[in-house]
Amino acid sequence: MKRISNLVAVTLSAISLGALAPTSVLAQEPTITVSSTTSTEQSGLFGYLLPQAQKATGIAVKVVALGTGQTLDVGRRGDADVVFVHDQVAEEKFIAEGAGVERIAVMYNDFVLVGPSDDPAKAAGKDIVAGLKSVYANKAAFVSRGDKSGTHAAELRYWKMASLDPATEKQAWYRDTGSGMGPALNTAAAMNAYVLADRGTWLSFKNRQNLKIIVEGDVKLFNQYGVILVNPKKHPHVKAEAGQKFINWLVSAEGQATIAGYKIGGEQLFFPNAVKK
Amino acid sequence: MAAASSLLLAGDSTLLEITALSLRVSATATVIAALIGLPLGAWAALTSSRLRTPIVVVLNASMGLPPVVVGLIVYLLLSRSGPMGPLGWLFTPAGMVMAQTILITPIIAALARQTIEDAHVPLRDWFTSLGLSAWQRILTLLFEARFSLAVVLLAGFGRAIAEVGAVMMVGGNIAGSTRVMTTTIALETSKGDLPLALALGLLLVTLVLIVNGFAQTLKARMERRHA
Amino acid sequence: MLEAKAHPNLPVALVKIHRASVIVDGKALLSEIDLTISEGESVVVLGANGAGKSTLLKLCNAIISPSLGSLQTLSLHEQSLIFQRPALLRRTVLDNVRYVLSIRGIAEPACTEQAHRALTACNLSATANQQARSLSGGEQQRLSLARAWACKPRLLLADEPTANLAPTAMRDVEALLKAVQSEGTTLVLTTHNVAQARRLAHRIVFLDGGMIVEDRPAAEFFVSPHSAAARIYLEGESL
Repeated sequence: MKRISNLVAVTLSAISLGALAPTSVLAQEPTITVSSTTSTEQSGLFGYLLPQAQKATGIAVKVVALGTGQTLDVGRRGDADVVFVHDQVAEEKFIAEGAGVERIAVMYNDFVLVGPSDDPAKAAGKDIVAGLKSVYANKAAFVSRGDKSGTHAAELRYWKMASLDPATEKQAWYRDTGSGMGPALNTAAAMNAYVLADRGTWLSFKNRQNLKIIVEGDVKLFNQYGVILVNPKKHPHVKAEAGQKFINWLVSAEGQATIAGYKIGGEQLFFPNAVKK
Repeated sequence: MAAASSLLLAGDSTLLEITALSLRVSATATVIAALIGLPLGAWAALTSSRLRTPIVVVLNASMGLPPVVVGLIVYLLLSRSGPMGPLGWLFTPAGMVMAQTILITPIIAALARQTIEDAHVPLRDWFTSLGLSAWQRILTLLFEARFSLAVVLLAGFGRAIAEVGAVMMVGGNIAGSTRVMTTTIALETSKGDLPLALALGLLLVTLVLIVNGFAQTLKARMERRHA
Repeated sequence: MLEAKAHPNLPVALVKIHRASVIVDGKALLSEIDLTISEGESVVVLGANGAGKSTLLKLCNAIISPSLGSLQTLSLHEQSLIFQRPALLRRTVLDNVRYVLSIRGIAEPACTEQAHRALTACNLSATANQQARSLSGGEQQRLSLARAWACKPRLLLADEPTANLAPTAMRDVEALLKAVQSEGTTLVLTTHNVAQARRLAHRIVFLDGGMIVEDRPAAEFFVSPHSAAARIYLEGESL
């Protein structure tokens, strides 16, 4: 009995010490926290990119993946060193508030309209606005992220271009799911509905069921990513030097080539377009 | 499904790391919650203080605390802009331990209170006639109810290791750093990799089953000796 | 607390209860109790169920206080209370005895030594390392006596200690109670067993409806009870 309780005590204290100890023996290396969007994380880009960034810069990057709205909020509170997002309007507001130093364009990907393979709304084509109009006219089931993410903002922009507003009208076929890209795709797959997705998440998404791409290639569907260093004047603990080094690598020739090299099933997901300084 | 199981069986090192972190974080949270919750529960079982009723009500009610709410509160506390920001615990295992501790301390305290109250009834008059101090009573009863309390701790551990909302918010699901089993399951579900998510879920359930089965056997064996 | 120094020829009073009433939730469990227990006595408290026997014992032990009247008794450390259902801990027999000794501040190695001596006296040394809850009913009650005895109390209060026991186990416990008493410990016992009262009592206190209706030497009481309640109670035995 005593022996057992001693054993338990020793084990538990070992466990608790373990959890509070530094998570990695390599903690001496500079580590920065990057706040980014779920779509970027789920596309698998970071898993491919970060080891190469670490090799080149010696900086270990921890990525916290959240919706764009929350991503910027994490930066605003000083809980990340760098934010990496795709919502230009919100990013410019972030800079204007003094929360970030400078917005630097890194790359773009594109959105696609995904829907049932038999395309009941006859929305197929190269024009996203025309596609959405057909969805509206046919009252075809449509899944919206509804989470104030960059993708959600883009979706609302396209509806506005079509001069339609199913969200405010609370149309029965328009489902506001308040969820991330993956869960929204799962919902669309289950309901056999249309949904706007970023290509990266779509390509790495495995539970497609009857869904396929309906609209793609429209210039309006391009989705610009920016990277911002959180303002060290506002949050003195921000690892500005390491953060800047990581950003510099992203926009360097090597970083840009690495981004271009990430492919799923032979398809390139992100197109580097950093402006050389 | 078969592919996912073989992936699990292959003992993928990332998977091992994730599982180990889950166990470590939740076990630590359980130990800390026990250190707070057991004496608190024992105190609530024995006291005649006027604070007793409000505290018992609060404890029982907070057993149902939604993990996301706990996650949100801990997130705001640990954020660099929050009161505990200087600790630098946000997006670290320490922060996750804190969130889970807050989540399960009320469970452990409330269940311990009931357990200790039950153990106290047949001993109350004897304790009084021995002239025990409050602390002597608490320590004696904690030891007296040790087998039932072990099950209480397991209930807390089970809730901690199975919860996803709080660790997701506070830990940030960072690969190789704060990614645990539940957040991995959520992530794989998001990616539409339902078979892998399901396989991970089964692994989690199996782990919890093994821990509980082990404890139940131990308890049964001990109780037999104490007839 | 009572001082132990009195006139050498007068017995020392361990418990003095004066016009005490115990009222719980508006109901009088004991009323107007006058009782003095002197050193060396063996007092048996008789009475029907609900007459207030257990309450009287708890009052002597001062684990309840009188609502009215006064109570003077020994400190808790000088007395022991045992129950119909022995309050045993989920520990070994030996550890149960060591527990009460350590509560009384007795350190090792004296603690274990005294515990073993008490177990031997109660004929339990063979079971020292068994779990207390695995003992038979009679052994459990003997263990609770050993626990009390180990503390060398001046006053032993026993609340129906043999009520749940088979005849042989009862006889063993009675023998121990006698032994404890013969070593100078004052004994106050409640029971429903009139034969047991005859075997153990020097003095009988008879309770009815929370009041002491008779308090006399045992020899007199059994020959000619004064009160109707006591007569009826004793007649019950011959049925």
